[in-house]
Parts: sequence; structure tokens; C-alpha cells
Amino acid sequence: MSPRKKRIFVICIVLSGITISVALILTAFEKNLMYFYSPTEVANGSAPEVRDFRIGGIVLKDSVKRNVDNLKVSFVLTDTVSEIEVQYEGILPDLFREGQGIVANGKLQSNNIFIAKQVLAKHDENYMPPEVAEALEKANSHFMEQYK
Amino acid sequence: MYRWIQQFGSPKYFYDISLVVSKWIGVICLICFIAGLYGGLVIAPPDYQQGDSYRIIYIHVPASWMSLFVYMILAISGAITLIWRIKIADFVARSSAIIGASFTFLALATGAIWGKPMWGTYWVWDARLTSELILLFLYLGYIALQSSFEDRRVGARAGAILALIGVINIPIIHYSVEWWSTLHQGPTISKLDAPSIHYSMLIPLLLMAIAYKTFYIYTLLINIRSEIIESEYNATWVKKMIGD
Repeated sequence: MSPRKKRIFVICIVLSGITISVALILTAFEKNLMYFYSPTEVANGSAPEVRDFRIGGIVLKDSVKRNVDNLKVSFVLTDTVSEIEVQYEGILPDLFREGQGIVANGKLQSNNIFIAKQVLAKHDENYMPPEVAEALEKANSHFMEQYK
Repeated sequence: MYRWIQQFGSPKYFYDISLVVSKWIGVICLICFIAGLYGGLVIAPPDYQQGDSYRIIYIHVPASWMSLFVYMILAISGAITLIWRIKIADFVARSSAIIGASFTFLALATGAIWGKPMWGTYWVWDARLTSELILLFLYLGYIALQSSFEDRRVGARAGAILALIGVINIPIIHYSVEWWSTLHQGPTISKLDAPSIHYSMLIPLLLMAIAYKTFYIYTLLINIRSEIIESEYNATWVKKMIGD
């Protein structure tokens, strides 16, 4: 084997070794790499009970209740399978609205109400002018439903 | 193939070719940059969800693409340096690392500026943002490592090994939004489906992508030319060109 071929061989071996080990590490830490849990996972009890975690889902239509006197707000998060009530006190991001995907950070109480310390809005990967969005919504209200 | 690489690797040959290429690449870059910025900031309509804030994609998205692309160039030149020991490959790697680090920083910075009004936070430790930050550290690590050796060739080889090991991060960044739940949204354009962006917004974005890519080639060629002159300052063709 010529020195050049030997070097190619060594590089290939090292790279595949690293690929396999990184793949194993990522699989092992899969749970920790998830940024948020879905309402279904929370309902299943796979979310942590004692410490803070993040929950991600869509704000259910007509579920947002704002308190008139203070910044307290409560809403229901859904992944279309399970639902969970979230309570939060503070300023919500501009993108927060019903039908919007959001991520809340906080703790689950024993009465299955999620007390959020932070609420972040998750925008989607679709970009279009407002007129197009309106036309699409008119044409097929279900279309927007799956993309929101 | 090998002879072609050898010829391309000859410093003088490369220098002469790059002078011609640079000129045209520079022109294309300027045209696409102006057209892309004007199209993106003035002509393109506001987004249905994000209003005018989305316009930062014209800076952010091409920078992110380039941060990955330049790293691939860095890793490939690293492999060529290790296997064929061609000088030009090391020049490409050295120059690319600095440009790539700048693109990565730009992507992270514009992402943070975008994140505050849209998500409600500058930074989150989700898989996409964290892996992109690791990419910045890989670039900086490469720059630090290859310049910390007295012997240039040893530094080049050490850096090449680091660049090759770090290449595993590239698919992780790309697929992070699909493999794990992240705050960062999924892919808009690089997916096996029609891009989910309106064409009036897509065209300026693609123009900006061309502008970024040609900007990279342009600055890369300038860097390589100065590296060539620095390392070949004793060669007759350099002396003749400088005109002693």
C-alpha cells in the first residue's frame, strides 16, 4: 500500500469511527436534545415532574383568557391529540396569538396546570405576503390549520 | 485527474487564473448583492406572520448556508492537505477558516437580533442554535490550532485533522430541526418539496445567496494570492511580477 493510499485509508477509518461514536452519543442523549415536550408526552407522564421543563404546542382557538387587572393570562396548549392548560404572568411575544405555535418554560403542578415562567413564540417555515395568506385561508381554511 | 490537480496546485498557474476569475466574480457579486438587497428590502412584500421583521432572512439565511458550505471546503482542503500535501489546499483552508468564522458569527448575530422580536428571546439552547455555536468554535479552534505551530506544515496538518473531525457537526446542524424539537423553525428551501416561501420573496433570497457565494470566492482568491506571494517570494516569477 502506497503512503498516499494508507493516509486515505486512515482518514476514512477515523472519520467513520467518529461518525459512529457521535451517532451513539446523540441517540443516548436524545431526550436531553429535545428542546420541548409535546402535550401528549406530558399527558403520558414522560415529562419530568419535579424540575422545570419546556412544553411546545399550538395555542387552542378561543382558549386565551386575559386578566383585566394584571398581566396574568391562561391558555390551552394542544398538539391536536392532548391538551394542557398553561398559566403565565408577564409580557407575551408579539407573535403570540390563538393558533400560533409557542414554547413555554415552567413547571407542571399536581392539578395538571402548567405554570410558565417564560413564553416564546415559534414561527413557522412559511413565508408569504399577507394577501396570499388571506387567499389561502379563504380557499381552504384547513390548509392554514395544518401549517399553523 | 492527479496531473490536473498537480497543475492546478502550481502556485504560478493558480495565481494567473485567479486574477482573471476574480474580476468576473467581483462583478457578479456586486450585481447580485445590490439586486438582492433592493429586491428583499424594497420590492418583496411583508410576511403574513412576521411583517417586515422577516426581511432579516436576506442577511441571515445566506450567511448560515455559507457557514456550512465554507466548512465543507475547509474540511475537503484539509483532506487534500493530509493526503496529497498540496500547498494550495492549505492556503484555501487557512483563508476559508477566517471567512467561514465571519459568516457563522453573522448568522448567529442576525439570528439573535431576529429572535428577540419574533421568539421573545435572543438566545435559546436548542439543537440548531447550539450546533451552530459549536461550528463557530470549530472555526476559531482551527484558526488557533494551525497558527500555533512554528512549522507551517505541521500546523496545516494539525488543523486539517481538526477540520475533518468537525465535519460531523455539519449534518447535525442541517438536520437538527428535523431530528429534534427545536425553537428554530424547519427548513424552508432545502427540503424534498416545493419551497414554502412565496416566489416574490424567494428570488431576492437566491440573489443574495449568489452574492454571498461569489463574495466568498472573491475574498478567498485575494487571500490565496497574498499567501502565494508570501510563500513564493523567492521564486523568479514573483520577482519578475513585482518588477525589481
